[in-house]
Amino acid sequence: MERRVNYENDLNLMATELRLGLPGCDDDEPQRKTNPSIRNNKRTAPEISEVSSSESSSSITMSGSDDQDSPPPAKEQVVGWPPIRSYRKNCLQSSKRNEVEGMGMYVKVSVDGAPYLRKIDLKVYRSYPQLLKALENMFKLTIGAYSKREGYNGSDYAPTYEDKDGDWMLVGDVPWEMFISSCKRLRIMKGSEARGLGCV
Amino acid sequence: VTLKGKPRFSDFNLVPENWGADIHAWLVVFAAKYPFLEELRLKRMAISDESLEFLAVSFPNFKALSLLSCDGFSTNGLAAIATHCKNLTELDIQENGIDDKGGSWLSCFPESFTSLEVLNFANLSSDINFDALERLVGRCKSMRVLKLNRSVSLEQLQRLLVNAPQLAELGTGSFSEELTFRQYVELESALSNCKNMHTLSGLWDAKGIYLPALYPVCTHLTFLNLSYAALRSDELAKLLAHCPRLKRLWVLDTVEDKGLEAVGLNCPLLEELRVFPADPFDEEIIHGVTEAGFVAVSFGCPRLHYVLYFCRQMTNAAVATIVQNCPDFTHFRLCIMNPGQPDYITNEPMDEAFGAVVKTCTKLQRLSVSGRLTDLTFEYIGRYAKNLETLSVAFAGSSDWGMQCVMGGCSKLRKLEIRDCPFGNAALLSGLEKYESMRSLWMSACNVTMNGCRLLAREMPRLNVEVMKEDGSDDSQADKVYVYRSIAGPRRDAPPSVLTL
Repeated sequence: MERRVNYENDLNLMATELRLGLPGCDDDEPQRKTNPSIRNNKRTAPEISEVSSSESSSSITMSGSDDQDSPPPAKEQVVGWPPIRSYRKNCLQSSKRNEVEGMGMYVKVSVDGAPYLRKIDLKVYRSYPQLLKALENMFKLTIGAYSKREGYNGSDYAPTYEDKDGDWMLVGDVPWEMFISSCKRLRIMKGSEARGLGCV
Repeated sequence: VTLKGKPRFSDFNLVPENWGADIHAWLVVFAAKYPFLEELRLKRMAISDESLEFLAVSFPNFKALSLLSCDGFSTNGLAAIATHCKNLTELDIQENGIDDKGGSWLSCFPESFTSLEVLNFANLSSDINFDALERLVGRCKSMRVLKLNRSVSLEQLQRLLVNAPQLAELGTGSFSEELTFRQYVELESALSNCKNMHTLSGLWDAKGIYLPALYPVCTHLTFLNLSYAALRSDELAKLLAHCPRLKRLWVLDTVEDKGLEAVGLNCPLLEELRVFPADPFDEEIIHGVTEAGFVAVSFGCPRLHYVLYFCRQMTNAAVATIVQNCPDFTHFRLCIMNPGQPDYITNEPMDEAFGAVVKTCTKLQRLSVSGRLTDLTFEYIGRYAKNLETLSVAFAGSSDWGMQCVMGGCSKLRKLEIRDCPFGNAALLSGLEKYESMRSLWMSACNVTMNGCRLLAREMPRLNVEVMKEDGSDDSQADKVYVYRSIAGPRRDAPPSVLTL
């Protein structure tokens, strides 16, 4: 069979020619086996491009021969795989952050003058205002507004917490995420006592 | 007007951000020609705050806005809609790449505004002014769909429901804070008054102990979306015991096979099941769902016709059993999350699984394949899937022959999206005659070259052959190819990284 060689070698017009062989096998042609995984390596996140091109996660099915016993793909993240929308991915990630520290983040809450303590799950709240409102509801008291300079001056009560170092801190001074990860217990102090914490 | 823009793979970050599909030019023309526009539904389009403001002031009778998987806008744009659209009945914001600058947009609905029937802001994370929301819901007596965001607490939900018992679809906010017993009873009571409710979603961070509050609503539910609630199998089982009429169910794979067994036992009317992975990127995970869960559902739910299933292991035998039990599949989307993974028991390719699907399910319209697949899978698809309209392929096939079988055999094919497969120019060109009758073709990380694309473009002038190049790739490779028919020629809004050949 006459073989038409096209100057543009990559078009592989062989595929459309009449031949005796089965379609799909091109023993004589220089194999157009540019391993897609190489391009994947360049495309994907830096971690993946460090893998040697001879064996990468996405190349296994493309080694061509079916009877080859392919090793299981390397465990790496491929861009856009598994096919999950970014929105859903982000939601899952933020849920995971909540779960990582275990089921809920229950801390004891004591109020000066109250006969017994309560427990609340800090995970449930997303901001200081939410938390303070919940505390006000729970104990039927007023905590009022926080200010960086004055703390809770002017309120009957001031919320404080014990941090990881064992120190008693005023609620509101540090960013919420930092507070969440360092708060071990809460104590709602009577305003008169709290004034010592509020102003330096 | 409903417009869909970017290729579906843009949802998975495979399409450059500035690819196109910007709505603004359309709005300018609509404002001039169709000032009476009432409804606009956009999917995978780029829309800016300026466009939303323009929309809000240009169409005096504007009623319904739905944005799904769009990007380019912020909550400021929503504020413009709330402020200006006096006749708005629907504001549906779903799964968008939105810049959430705060919740004050919701307070922009005027106090005189009462027409809202559909409000979905589940997408957003910022706190909204609850008082404003409560008043809004209270005065919109025709409201039938309300989907809250995570910042709305259980107690606040109860207050809303008391004023909106007519709701047909509810997306709860966060379902996890501590309730006193009285608060729990009040919530349960408010929910039980919602006699029209057929769809329930939200339930973020749902705590199992409060799920019983939902039982009164469950009896009438036809669609339950638990895909943001990481429930355990026992929690799901208890809930489903109260949901006999369920037709559509979305869950996370935290429910495991045992949870899916409960689906099979309790939901005989089920038509659609979607199981999403809670930890898609963690390779260490050994739980989730397996073939056993899917099989269990198929035994109990013979009416199942739509499935989206993410799993880490599957067998050919299991899929054969599944389609034997449920031969009416119209949409079969199976994602074995490890690319190129074979049947984990026999170690064979998953060819026979998808062969069984296409042979048995004659009504099949949409198919997504995964796992280790040779050209045989595509021979089966080309030979049997005569009603197939949409096919998604990733990390599969052995040679051009696979794609050629599909192009030659699937006469009703409209959308074909392929990534990371060894299909080259011969495969691409085998569809020459077919692309004008299709909506689009996507091929990325395959063996297609620039010359192959040029040839296609030259032979078929009524196709737009777009090539997106990757940084640093070989000049002759066509990294990402998107082909679609057009009578308008190459589009003029393509960025420099997108070449139309």
